[in-house]
Amino acid sequence: MGNYILRRFLVIVPLLIVISVISFIVVQLPPGSYVETYIQNLKNQGYQPDENEIERLESRYGLNQPAYIQYFTWMKNMIFEGDMGRSFVYKQPVSEIIAERAPMTIMISLMAILLQWIVAVPIGIFSARYQYSIFDYIVTFFGFIGLALPNFLFALVLMYFVYVHTGWAVVGIFSPEFVDASWSFARVLDMLKNLWIPLVVIATAGTAGLIRTLRGTLLDELKKQYVTTARAKGMKERKLILKYPVRVAINPLISTIGWMLPAIVGGEVVVSQVLNLKTLGPVLLGSVQSEDMYLAGGIIMILSSLTVIGTLLSDILLAWVDPKVRYK
Amino acid sequence: MAESKDSILKKIGNYIKNIFSKNKKDKYERLEYASQSQLIWYRFKKHKLAAFGLTVLAILYFTSIFAGFVAPYTHVERIGDYKYAPPTEIHMISEENGLRTPFVYSYSKELDPETFQYEYVIDKSTEYSLKLFVESEPYKLLGFIPMEHKLFGTGDKDAPVFLFGTDNLSRDIFSRILIGGRVSLFVGFGGVFLSFIIGSLLGGISGYFGGVIDEIIMRAVELLMSIPKIPLWIAFSAAVPRDWTAVQTYFAITMILALVGWTGLARVVRGKLMSLKNEQFAMAARAAGASDFRIITKHLLPAFISYLVVHLTLAIPGMILGETTLSFLGLGIQPPAVSWGTLLQDAQDLTVLADYPWHLIPTAFVIVTVLMFNFIGDGLRDAADPYSSK
Repeated sequence: MGNYILRRFLVIVPLLIVISVISFIVVQLPPGSYVETYIQNLKNQGYQPDENEIERLESRYGLNQPAYIQYFTWMKNMIFEGDMGRSFVYKQPVSEIIAERAPMTIMISLMAILLQWIVAVPIGIFSARYQYSIFDYIVTFFGFIGLALPNFLFALVLMYFVYVHTGWAVVGIFSPEFVDASWSFARVLDMLKNLWIPLVVIATAGTAGLIRTLRGTLLDELKKQYVTTARAKGMKERKLILKYPVRVAINPLISTIGWMLPAIVGGEVVVSQVLNLKTLGPVLLGSVQSEDMYLAGGIIMILSSLTVIGTLLSDILLAWVDPKVRYK
Repeated sequence: MAESKDSILKKIGNYIKNIFSKNKKDKYERLEYASQSQLIWYRFKKHKLAAFGLTVLAILYFTSIFAGFVAPYTHVERIGDYKYAPPTEIHMISEENGLRTPFVYSYSKELDPETFQYEYVIDKSTEYSLKLFVESEPYKLLGFIPMEHKLFGTGDKDAPVFLFGTDNLSRDIFSRILIGGRVSLFVGFGGVFLSFIIGSLLGGISGYFGGVIDEIIMRAVELLMSIPKIPLWIAFSAAVPRDWTAVQTYFAITMILALVGWTGLARVVRGKLMSLKNEQFAMAARAAGASDFRIITKHLLPAFISYLVVHLTLAIPGMILGETTLSFLGLGIQPPAVSWGTLLQDAQDLTVLADYPWHLIPTAFVIVTVLMFNFIGDGLRDAADPYSSK
């Protein structure tokens, strides 16, 4: 087991390096350097740029040096000092903005995964056990719709119906009176009250896929002889299904987390924009629109790294649950 | 003897009959002579949902190609003083004459004395008949065919027909959806075509040659797959200059979608090539001295082309959703150019949505299109599988 984890960690390292290169390419993408955009921005606001400040920025981020040196400076600052550059729109270090908003992104993504599982596992079991029943057809139908419906559209439609039927506008995670309050039981309750819409929206797309996977593996499992044998011996149906075939069918489900995570994080970005949640998504969007590229690159870097690390964790979880993976 | 002579004559007669009535040929005989692609087509036609999907999509594509004729207005035309006009109701039953041909009433705007909002009041004094091929101002269909008729309308400026209502700049949403479909419906083909080239090239190299190259390409694919797609789209779209023309932006978006989306295809191609290249027919070709290029294009490609087609069909809706998402976020197609994504941008505002819910109608078009592509993809997958029992 320890050996396996170590090997997985070694695979992650080059992955993270390539991610950092891609993020740096993103920083460099728009025409004009950071300082040029910075000066332009100041002038637009009617300020005269300070020569010393510009020089300090240029030496800090190695801006008049070739791109690869800039990359190493950027990486060095990030790893040793936690400095990912500055955002000139927020007039704040990028790392501060990310630290402020990343926890909410992580929390929403994790809760969305949890919700997917809570919904998908029982439904998957039922539609496999009662294959070709009305229930199965209904699930398949909604699964199709769930796959076809892009996240932001679902958010719009749900928002509209909630507003029309209850007169309650879903904006943000907290009601106005709780936005600046410190954490308390009431605040958590308030958050849950507001959070269910984004959670449902983000979770839907993946749930359909999960149900399909679980249903498929479970159907294969149910045809196997040990199931027939157990049934012939008079084992209770509920115990029989939950204890053996479901246990086997859960394994491929865990390995889906790896490719589900990117979709969830991506969906979260868009849904947060529509529902105006205080996560990394809207900041990423704003930074790309105002060409605040250190911020954009930093967020891409963090989101991708988090996804990769999440995938690693799901791999370890899978190895822990499934001995076949561990000893391969 | 006489009997057998009869039966022989009968056989010959049947044979001649079959030649002259090709369609009524015995089913089995038809299957015997059919090529692989014909077999796929027969099976595909039997798949009800897929056939349905194909029909719906054909209608959608047709109407948006000929949107100039079908849509009563253009996507930028501001029609008089009809801001946020609700969808026009089409009536069949007249208050005086009972059942008659379809007609509409005209609207007029009035200020509500209580809420101080403008509301549209239907004026029931005149019935304006809906006419097919109604005369219009001269325009050029597809940019070169001079026309003076539109598909439908009342032919009267006082009674406009807004099937899906109008937006804040009093533009007809129905026309905008059809014209926006030109971008949204076709972005999938462009994107899939590009990612097909990248994916099959890299996947082909990877699968056929194996070894170190395979290792490198597959790691790259894994990497791209592990990065969330949407943030990557968003970041790349930062590189598209804002002052580009609509056509340039369109191609840039297609490129971005393809650059991020080729990975799945590369995997399919690689997997198929890996398993096929060791089949006996490939070995035989190699032993006969055929070049790698010839083996791939002549012997291996036909063996998995059907899988490619299925995969491509299922990739198109993803591309369509990608464009819609990007444009919705304001990073894709820029106004005044119109796509389904930019149309939905107007629906982002909850207050607008609550008062003028018809802004959600483009959603239905996106969903239907994506669903139909999925149906067709499923149908093709079943049809392309030579071992399926259906």
